[in-house]
Amino acid sequence: MPRTNCSQALQEQILQALSEQKTLQPCGGHSKDFYGRTVNGEKLSCAGHRGILNYEPKELVLTAKSGTPLQEIEAILAERGQMLAFEPPHFGPGTTLGGVVAAGLAGPARAYRGSVRDYVLGVRVINGHGQILHFGGEVIKNVAGYDISRLLTGSLGTLALLLEVSLKVLPLPEAETTISMSCDSTTALQHMLTWSRQALPITATAWYRDQLYCRLSGERSAVHDAISLIGGDENTDGSIFWTALREQTLPAFTASKRLWRLSVPPTTLLREESGEVILEWGGALRWCCENRHLIIDKTDYWDYAKTVGGHATCFRGAKPGTEVFQPLPSELLALHQRLKLAFDPKSLFNPGHLYGTTAATGL
Amino acid sequence: MTRTKHAQTCDPVLLSVLQKILPDDAIVTTEEERRVYECDGLPMFRQLPMLVVLPDTTGQVREILQLCHAHKVPVVARGAGTGLSAGATPLADGIVLSLARLNAILDLDPQACTARVQPGVRNLAISEAADPHGLYYAPDPSSQIACTIGGNVAENSGGVHCLKYGLTVHNILEIHLLLMDGTLLILGSSALDQAGYDLMALTIGSEGLLGVGVEGVVKLLPKPVLAKVAMAAFDDVSKAANAVGEIIAAGLIPAGLEMMDGPSIRAVEDYVRVGYPVEAAAMLLCEMDGNQVEVESQMVRIEDLLKGCGATSVKIAADEAERAKFWLGRKSAFPAAGRISPDYYCMDGTVPRRKLAQVLEGTAQLAEEFQLTVTNIFHAGDGNLHPLILFDANKPGELKRAEDLGAQILLLCIEVGGTITGEHGVGLEKIQQMCVQFNTEELEQMHRVKEAFDPLQLLNPGKAVPRPRHCAEYRLASGMKSGEDPHAKD
Repeated sequence: MPRTNCSQALQEQILQALSEQKTLQPCGGHSKDFYGRTVNGEKLSCAGHRGILNYEPKELVLTAKSGTPLQEIEAILAERGQMLAFEPPHFGPGTTLGGVVAAGLAGPARAYRGSVRDYVLGVRVINGHGQILHFGGEVIKNVAGYDISRLLTGSLGTLALLLEVSLKVLPLPEAETTISMSCDSTTALQHMLTWSRQALPITATAWYRDQLYCRLSGERSAVHDAISLIGGDENTDGSIFWTALREQTLPAFTASKRLWRLSVPPTTLLREESGEVILEWGGALRWCCENRHLIIDKTDYWDYAKTVGGHATCFRGAKPGTEVFQPLPSELLALHQRLKLAFDPKSLFNPGHLYGTTAATGL
Repeated sequence: MTRTKHAQTCDPVLLSVLQKILPDDAIVTTEEERRVYECDGLPMFRQLPMLVVLPDTTGQVREILQLCHAHKVPVVARGAGTGLSAGATPLADGIVLSLARLNAILDLDPQACTARVQPGVRNLAISEAADPHGLYYAPDPSSQIACTIGGNVAENSGGVHCLKYGLTVHNILEIHLLLMDGTLLILGSSALDQAGYDLMALTIGSEGLLGVGVEGVVKLLPKPVLAKVAMAAFDDVSKAANAVGEIIAAGLIPAGLEMMDGPSIRAVEDYVRVGYPVEAAAMLLCEMDGNQVEVESQMVRIEDLLKGCGATSVKIAADEAERAKFWLGRKSAFPAAGRISPDYYCMDGTVPRRKLAQVLEGTAQLAEEFQLTVTNIFHAGDGNLHPLILFDANKPGELKRAEDLGAQILLLCIEVGGTITGEHGVGLEKIQQMCVQFNTEELEQMHRVKEAFDPLQLLNPGKAVPRPRHCAEYRLASGMKSGEDPHAKD
């Protein structure tokens, strides 16, 4: 379908919903339906709104419609020796670009190559007034107007519907190797922090079941040098491990009944958790895989995260209708509510997907 | 250029409360001293402020904002005043809030690779403090000796290393933001993401319209083991522009990739004598960094690529001293222009890299039309152009001509799919061109964002985002159709 007709069809659905005072739940490949607070709204599928609109490898920029499958984007990039440096998780075969950007979740490379928003250059959206708006663009440096593209990244579709996204892409590294070594979590965290202070070509670190993993990517010579500096054994199953970590298919993830995501300053000391712990992002991301019998109060995670200057998310397994994300201080929540009104005054998009139990305050 | 208004006299009630909050030397009332603040780094925009205050604690900043909020007095926050888009131009009925005295590095944590800083800390001072730990702060705008981190955050400043290391937005972890009513918000943290909306990303580059940053945490990076720079001369500008694309297409991400045209090369060489190729029509500086073996093997590839793209000579700096010399030339480009012309006006558009040659050619044509000289020295790797318009403000009409030419160059950037500002910001300078880059509904959306932060419109009003009514007038005057979407691609 040509670009205009497709956008217009979505715009018409939105205007219709506005006139009928309905709420909408934008969706793509349904790969992240588990994530965030549950929403009661009519599904607005963007899956048909697909296609790569512009890809110029020399520009390091790709623009695609929001319903474009992530697999398709990754394949076309790989053909030209490029990649999405933030390694978004798929969590299912149908993941779309829109879902990746709306969720704002990055993979194992996050601590070393940056987050989703670091690579978002521009968006075309429909706001809660049903207006098609364009912010940012396809150039790497752009400071004209507020950075609304980055604000919308990770907003879980609560502010506007994404139609198109422009992303910065990067060349694939010439070489990539994973090394691993046996150690406990405290030693692993120490290693991660030490490595972060050195100019090493590290693109992922993780600790899982008494093994510390470190991925090195770059020029062959640089990777080779780093291996001898870091030590450990070359792990030939490295890429399988990183995919399983990113997609949460490691046994610790699949066995968990409730999964907590703790995003903390990397230097935060480890604490005893009620379930199995997985570390990644140089220590800045800690997964707690809770077993059913050990489930503890959510406020314990939130209080802890607040104390150490981070935030906790009940990533999987929260009871429907309950809070999922770290509670915000009241002034900050109030600003979130004002911004929700600024984009979506009728609470059309995903009301309550992020916070709040009543329609008046839900966002 | 703005019409300068007569600065208002400060309400005595407001002044007396300010005197209770601040010591005497922190309130600037005399006209002579206020003159110092009448412009930023773009002196063609001037306005004497009503009053200038220089608090030295966060508590004072908060009280000043609360007071101004209660009295409905507009506030323009200011760092070192090095901005190039008139973003810190004062208001005749407003207060300039200088953050220069909040200049402490509160904490530097080499373990976490972070520094906690106040807004008035100079950009370079952060890297200097981090240096003993083998760390540095990556964004390096050319004013880095003087400019402050608070100003960098307001403008989302770049520099010569953006392609590899990003802009300010990629290098800040936390911001303590005061809203106009004195509410303190902590955005971001030393963790790598936050709960809720990414308000820190929204705040960075918001040109002081959403809040006043009073503290922040910046990311420090380990210094690369080795950096090497190649200098390539070309007999044709488009060959140099093409080489930029070829380097990137080869999968290389230079730490810096800068281009200068012939007139810039000669102006610089006359000024600092660094061995630039004065016969060339254009030159590239291409820097790679990393470990020893990596950089050396990459430089071989770079040299081959540059020669393959028609470089007439390629010289790789033999040692650190020569590397510093090559960069000194680049860093001296603006003062060098100052030597050959009484005045210069630096523009700041970004275009897709493949359009570089076309835009340079278009700029040269426009320069001829306006009978002015334009030299080019810019961040080619980012497609971020800095056409330098040379003029003499003492010659009647030249300043106006320079401004008009600048406006035309910006329109050209939009036309080829670029943007009117890559790193200098909109300020007052590019407010008209915002009406071209964005349509009415987009601007209204931005105003609603502003209202969510600052409903009384007291923080740096009139900058960055034009009023739709203002745009309607501009579009009418410039012959655009009302309501026309200038960048509709459908």
